[in-house]
Amino acid sequence: MTTSAAGDATRTPDVATVRSPVPEVHGTTHTTTRSPDAPEKMQAKAVDFWYGRAQALFDVSMSMRSSHVTACIGPSGCGKSTFLRALNRMYETVPGTKLTGQILLDGDDIFGLDVTALRRRVGMVFQKSNPFPKSIFENVAYGLRVNGGLSRPQIAEQVERSLVRSALWDEVKHKLHQSALGLSGGQQQRLCIARALAVDPEVLLLDEPCSALDPIATAKIEELLLTLADSCTIVIVTHNMQQAARVSDYTGFFLMGRLVEFGRTDKIFQNPARKETEDYITGRFG
Amino acid sequence: MLGATGICAAGIASVLLFILGYLVINGASSLSLSFFTQLPAPVGELGGGMANAIVGSGKILGLAVLFGVPIGFLGGVYLAEYASPVGAFVVRYVTDLLNGVPSIVIGIFAYSLIVLNAKHFSAFAGGVALGIMMIPISVRSTEEFLRAVPNGLREAALALGAPKWRVLATVVVPAARDGIVTGILLNLARVAGETAPLLFTAFSNRYWSSGIDQPTASLPVMIYTYAISPYEDWHRQAWAAAFVLLMLVLGMNIISKVVLMRSPLRGGR
Repeated sequence: MTTSAAGDATRTPDVATVRSPVPEVHGTTHTTTRSPDAPEKMQAKAVDFWYGRAQALFDVSMSMRSSHVTACIGPSGCGKSTFLRALNRMYETVPGTKLTGQILLDGDDIFGLDVTALRRRVGMVFQKSNPFPKSIFENVAYGLRVNGGLSRPQIAEQVERSLVRSALWDEVKHKLHQSALGLSGGQQQRLCIARALAVDPEVLLLDEPCSALDPIATAKIEELLLTLADSCTIVIVTHNMQQAARVSDYTGFFLMGRLVEFGRTDKIFQNPARKETEDYITGRFG
Repeated sequence: MLGATGICAAGIASVLLFILGYLVINGASSLSLSFFTQLPAPVGELGGGMANAIVGSGKILGLAVLFGVPIGFLGGVYLAEYASPVGAFVVRYVTDLLNGVPSIVIGIFAYSLIVLNAKHFSAFAGGVALGIMMIPISVRSTEEFLRAVPNGLREAALALGAPKWRVLATVVVPAARDGIVTGILLNLARVAGETAPLLFTAFSNRYWSSGIDQPTASLPVMIYTYAISPYEDWHRQAWAAAFVLLMLVLGMNIISKVVLMRSPLRGGR
């Protein structure tokens, strides 16, 4: 893992203890022991983005530290999901899009990497849970089979490990070969997380993963994210500010395609530097 | 308004019921076991059956599927997954035009392409003619059912690092499989009754034909030949053949509905 000098990421936060301000998630306390000067796993530098002629991102620079949770918040249409989809080049499936600027993964330009190799290293979980119409086992095994090179017992072992990591194993271990479509919404979303984890991604991107879930299922996923962050770099897009406060170490506030403010989550929520951030966080709009 | 629309709807249903009832009365009474097991009787003799035409129809329809479905399927995949807007417009327009070409013209096309070159009629030529007729509907039904697969499934597979062809082969097409099979069955049911393209491609045969390189009997052509003959017994056989053909078509329709109803994704459309 190489550490590249962050340099021009203008709002890189001061090195200090990273701690979320509202740590209560159903009794568990988010006390991070993660190193505050972890290397920057991914960096975006001066990213501009267009859908056809409409510009969706303006000069976004942001870095995501290794083994930390970075949240992107902001009102609908502010560009936060677009930014997330730039990080694994998912936007390329939409015709007519254009991106300028640089995005680095471990210091390497992601546009120099093979796109399938990039997506194996940078996994993604979507807003609407989207399990394949296959069995639970086959859902988790999909990425492993695509990658190839694993024997059947190895695949089975990795499927189990991924389901354990996504806290779903105990609920599904007796019905691995039943259809994934029979699971509840929250279980389906955790299955999607397990599916993304199965290929051991270095970075996990989550695009409003809880927006369709009830509070209990949401709490389970938030709890899960906190444990996953020990082994994985997490970037989560959410329009739920309490969620950002609960799970993230760093927060970026997006507004109309610009990154208005980026910094430690406690700082952003308790003492934002910019008026727009404060207005959004205190609920004056958005 | 309710009255007018209701009368028309009832009219449509009664036309079908009338045809069905007429065929059952005339056809079912003329049916016998020998119809399914024996060859046509020589002119002047009573009895006999159409075993060769039933097998021949199956042979020609099988060839039509082998020829038309792969082309139609791949064309549908192109339209749904790869085509640029201009390419999609052109292909869609051309398939709609092909769908509108009268079946007898397609028969003449297969005749000049295959029969004239081979210098004899064959089941192969009939299969090609019906296969061409299956292409437009295959293209459009494949496209439609692939488009009905939620985009989230494609994104999920792409996000795991699967290349596009693999996403198609392992996620999108399997998710659309039941719909595509349904489309093929309905399409097959539609061409099963086609007579005109077979008249000068497969022609007919009063005996068994071996392989796919000989003139081959089929139910629609037999119905045509027997119905215009002057013999009372042949008329009864034509009714029986029409009844069998209708039951085959109806059966394919019902099977296709069952396939679609059991599809796990039907609620996700």
